[in-house]
Amino acid sequence: MEKKAVRVAYGEALVKLGEENEKVVVLDADLAGATMTNGFKKAYPNRFYDCGIAEANMVDVAAGMSTMGLIPFCSTFAVFAGRNYDQIRNGVCYPKFNVKFGFSHAGITLGEDGGSHQAIEDIALMRVLPGMTVFVPSDANECYQCVEAAAKIEGPVYIRTARLATPVYDPRPFTVGKGVVIRDGSDCAIFTCGIMLEHAIEAADILAEKGVNAAVVSFHTLKPFDEELALQYTAKCRKVFTVEEHSVIGGLGDAVASAIIGNGVEKFLKIGINDVFGQSGKPADLLREYELTGPQIAEKILKNL
Amino acid sequence: MDIQTLEKYARQVRRDIIIMTAAAGAGHPGGSLSSTEAMVALYFDVMNVDPKDDKNPNRDRFVLSKGHSAPALYGTLCERGFFGREEFDKFRQLHGILQGHPDTKKCPGVDASTGSLGQGISIAVGMALGAKHTGNKCHVYTIIGDGESQEGLVWEASMAAAHYKLDNLTVILDHNGLQIDGTNDEVMSLGDIKAKAVAFGYDVIEVADGNDMKQVVDALHAPACPGKPRYIILNTLKGKGVSFMEGQVGWHGKAPNAEQAAQALKELEG
Repeated sequence: MEKKAVRVAYGEALVKLGEENEKVVVLDADLAGATMTNGFKKAYPNRFYDCGIAEANMVDVAAGMSTMGLIPFCSTFAVFAGRNYDQIRNGVCYPKFNVKFGFSHAGITLGEDGGSHQAIEDIALMRVLPGMTVFVPSDANECYQCVEAAAKIEGPVYIRTARLATPVYDPRPFTVGKGVVIRDGSDCAIFTCGIMLEHAIEAADILAEKGVNAAVVSFHTLKPFDEELALQYTAKCRKVFTVEEHSVIGGLGDAVASAIIGNGVEKFLKIGINDVFGQSGKPADLLREYELTGPQIAEKILKNL
Repeated sequence: MDIQTLEKYARQVRRDIIIMTAAAGAGHPGGSLSSTEAMVALYFDVMNVDPKDDKNPNRDRFVLSKGHSAPALYGTLCERGFFGREEFDKFRQLHGILQGHPDTKKCPGVDASTGSLGQGISIAVGMALGAKHTGNKCHVYTIIGDGESQEGLVWEASMAAAHYKLDNLTVILDHNGLQIDGTNDEVMSLGDIKAKAVAFGYDVIEVADGNDMKQVVDALHAPACPGKPRYIILNTLKGKGVSFMEGQVGWHGKAPNAEQAAQALKELEG
């Protein structure tokens, strides 16, 4: 299966968007080679603004530019969602300015740079902001769709992307705020987002071998969240597991919990980063260390069925 | 507009500040009174704005980076005709358009929501950059505080303003020397602020008395220096115009009571 990092797709999507929409400008903070905005920089040098290593200023500059009718895409590492938080909150979300955030290198699969750089809290930070749309694309094709959708949304949008090259699935129909049923099932439901989709599918395969028919539902939009689909699969499967490369606090797991609480759920378990920081290592080793590989997910689900 | 008329407006805005903060029992009179001349000069003499067309894309922009001086901005916007005086009663009250800090979604004439110090100048830099990008000939003005200048973001924004040669940007420093916990020098010295501004690439003008309308107007009308953002240091007096507030740290964020308000209004007659 073809593999491509979601961040690479982000960069490609920006180039395409730049061609279609002259209002799109891209801001980066000296990371164009990592966030993959360098493609846009090359294609449209006059619409690319490097803000230097000053992420907070980048966000407020984008806020100001948006008031002139432009659609700024701010790009940096997801870990700086925390560094920029006051600017994202007060500079952009409070006045509901039309600024997009394409933050990359999220989660532990960032790898070797270590825990200081591995954002495990950004989804929580972004979900809690009024008016913010939160996208966590699961693969390159979904990332193209998220970027395209972001430009059409009037208001702030956060797009979380990963560094690691991950499988590219066939394009699926995309609607903002709607989850995607990857595989139907009735014994339990696995809800996932982002690049953990690959591991959720593997877990479902393992479960199938053991006679457990697991549904897999992927949520590219964590806000607004598709509560209807979450409820539908909760009613059908009653046992619900969430899988994410993010803290179990404030991410997909909590979005699901809020949606399904009190609606006949028999078993609910959040699988993610258990309130600890990451560390240096190869992405595959880190996924194993934090028990997020397909076999480990399957084992946890079996134990809790 | 002649200086005398501008001074008259400034007196009226000072009265508005007292009326608003006294009615709300809260607010920031000290820094509002020190920056009154600057705001009156901008809205009545310098900026191209029209209260009847407050979303005109070609209007000049103003960002009150020191957002707590909102009473001065509200007084100025009201006198300029952006909204009626009845709004003063709802300053800092539920469902009012005059929030504790300026809110662009609620208040006509407010171009950015501010209050989190350091952000306004950065947003103003973005506006000026966006104006250049889109070929909009508007000019962007922002007033920052001296205490606010302790925020690192002010200097990130300044670096970007010089880097992008934003000669359509004017940063105005309301240098009253006082902040919540004491003088700038007691809390965190600004050092040679003029030298710092020059070093950051601004074209700097220092105004000896930032509460002297003529001096303020002259500085704001000084021709732009091509390729450089402008930085105007206004040496001001915190609490200016109200004898018992002048130069007093304690009036940063405290409202006058009824008796004090009456005395202040008496001093501001004429």
